Amino acid sequence: MHELSIAQSIVDIVQANLPASDANLVKSVKIKIGQLSGVVPDSLDFCFGAITHGTSLQGATLDLEKVPFILKCRTCTTSFESEAGIVLCPKCGGTDTEVLSGTELQVVEIELYDEHLEKKTG
Amino acid sequence: MSVITIERKVLEKNDELARRNRELFAKQRTFVINLVSSPGSGKTSLLEKTLGYLKGKLKIAVIEGDVQTDLDAQRVARFDVPVAQIVTNGGCHLEARLVADVLDRLDLAGVELLVIENVGNLVCPSNYDLGEAMKVVVASTTEGDDKPLKYPAMFRNASVLIINKLDLLPYLDCDINALKRNALQINPSLTVFETSCRSGSGIPEWCAWLQQQVSKGYNVKPSTLT
Repeated sequence: MHELSIAQSIVDIVQANLPASDANLVKSVKIKIGQLSGVVPDSLDFCFGAITHGTSLQGATLDLEKVPFILKCRTCTTSFESEAGIVLCPKCGGTDTEVLSGTELQVVEIELYDEHLEKKTG
Repeated sequence: MSVITIERKVLEKNDELARRNRELFAKQRTFVINLVSSPGSGKTSLLEKTLGYLKGKLKIAVIEGDVQTDLDAQRVARFDVPVAQIVTNGGCHLEARLVADVLDRLDLAGVELLVIENVGNLVCPSNYDLGEAMKVVVASTTEGDDKPLKYPAMFRNASVLIINKLDLLPYLDCDINALKRNALQINPSLTVFETSCRSGSGIPEWCAWLQQQVSKGYNVKPSTLT
């Protein structure tokens, strides 16, 4: 996908939730990336670093929580992980399954340094 | 160390604009489909066939999305329907904001069906809600029967699959039953049509279904963008 614009959206959300003066206190931004979200974690990490370079968010890292694609079969109540994106129940073959996780693309939280301590750089 | 809880979707800005588009479509009573596929699967040809078949039966408008040129808008304009072209100049998908901008110059009064033909791309458009009632994915027989397995997100997020270029089957190794089976493994609730723009086969069935959706006043939230 286009991880650069996704990274920009993350920066926008961080800036909208933080006074500008606190931007340099951001240690990390926790992101949930579902397996079926279409976003490549490594690319996103790279792009975030690239667009925050030279800004007050420079040095902040992304804490990426990869969320597997997990479904539950409503017919036999089996829960299963589907790496390939196939939603049929592997136990009973049923098609009536519900997605429990794996499509997320979410900013979960921002972790800040204690402002009385020196922020790490680099 | 302190933590600020956010819990917001990364694409929330797009989702909010899509929601506003959707409200406008509902107010205008316009049924909207987002037509997606790989480049070259026959989206524009299928659209031409649809416009020709439904001429005089449905009031239709079109939004075209392409990286460059308005060639597709020119093709569609020959059918005497309101059409607007979005040129992304490199953007690989349409976003709700681009659609909202173009709606200012497209009169939807009386329009029963709006077709948004997305940029040819089977990856990126799957994540971007434009405010449509549903995504219609076109997969042509020349692309192989394993296509749904290779692009699960797009087939999951679509409500309809149109298998196009049926006329080429005799010259290909594509197993159409395998293609359908693979698609339904990714999304069991897909409605499937088989078409050939060359021969016209399948076009009446697809158009009849469209007319049915329009008369139902069918306007749903995108099924899998959660």
